[in-house]
Amino acid sequence: MDVTTTAQSLQATTEVEPARAARWSDYALLLKPRVMSLVVFTALTGLVCAGKPLNPFLGAVAVLCIAVGAGASGALNMWFDADIDAKMRRTRARPVPAGRVQGADALTLGVVLSLFSVMLMGMAMNWLAAGLLAFTIAFYAIVYTMWLKRFTPQNIVIGGAAGALPPVIGWAAASGSTPLNAWLLFLIVFLWTPPHSWALALYTSGDYAKAGVPMMPVAKGAASTRRQIMLYSLLFVPAALAPAFTGLGGPIYLTVAAAGGAVFLLLAARLALSKAGDGDDPRGEGLYGVKADARPARNLFAVSILYLFALFAALLAERIVGLAPLELIR
Amino acid sequence: MSDPLREDTEAAKARSRRNLVLAGALFLFVVLVFAVTLVRLGGNVTSVPS
Repeated sequence: MDVTTTAQSLQATTEVEPARAARWSDYALLLKPRVMSLVVFTALTGLVCAGKPLNPFLGAVAVLCIAVGAGASGALNMWFDADIDAKMRRTRARPVPAGRVQGADALTLGVVLSLFSVMLMGMAMNWLAAGLLAFTIAFYAIVYTMWLKRFTPQNIVIGGAAGALPPVIGWAAASGSTPLNAWLLFLIVFLWTPPHSWALALYTSGDYAKAGVPMMPVAKGAASTRRQIMLYSLLFVPAALAPAFTGLGGPIYLTVAAAGGAVFLLLAARLALSKAGDGDDPRGEGLYGVKADARPARNLFAVSILYLFALFAALLAERIVGLAPLELIR
Repeated sequence: MSDPLREDTEAAKARSRRNLVLAGALFLFVVLVFAVTLVRLGGNVTSVPS
């Protein structure tokens, strides 16, 4: 990382908000708690869907390891990205660019938590799950953060693999194997990531351009991004329906996947036909405010989070109440 | 002239608090490893044929 650029960024940020001493909440923010909550939820679903009898204490330890591993990746990401975070409105208040936590401290926290989470996962569950967790952390911190994010508009497509692996890790932790249904959960999150991230990028592209991050709307333009969102949505929704045909999802899942999928496709089509992201600055008042023409992007972004949550919640609920999967294809 | 290497009271207190929390976190990790070992050994003991 360019130290000079980082120092300049830190100085610029300090002018906006004077740095204060780090609090524990700042270290907690380094772990990206909101991302962590989604990771924990999908991992827990994978763990439960594996359908193997599991000591509840060991199950809790496995989820803790995945949560801590996700947090560690977040800390490593915030360490390396401090220079570009300082240039974007959405991220400039983060602990490192705001000068409340030293970059070296974020790096140390990330490395130490990575080692502890992988080690504990190996000892408590199995080394397949530990290996997948280590791969996920390394992929997110090195391949995505240090390489893809700054060099290609396909950054979140390829990098999305890191966010899609937690249900597979959960499944591997419970069963010691990763069957096709585990990889189907991976595929769902993997195909969900581009429409989700690009919808957000469509109304924050000014920030990404300022920071020099080649997000799709910055590199290829808004119209191309809207088309690609539609394309990925057409791939994602059938993938979301697939568990009902492979012995993974039951009737609740099928209902949620079909109804939510229809809404998702409708919003993606509306976005494709809109002018979202075409204006100079699509942002409105407030941090997440958008102007009227960019609202289709914001709507798809919001619904994408809800839809993914609903899909995994349906799988989890069916397993908890003991509802049998449909197995429409035998 | 004040010693530039000497911490002010607030910084020393913050460092002390940080050290205590880190010690607590390490202790918790050790307890967790111990508990995991017991649970896994327990599982193996029950699976040994009599």
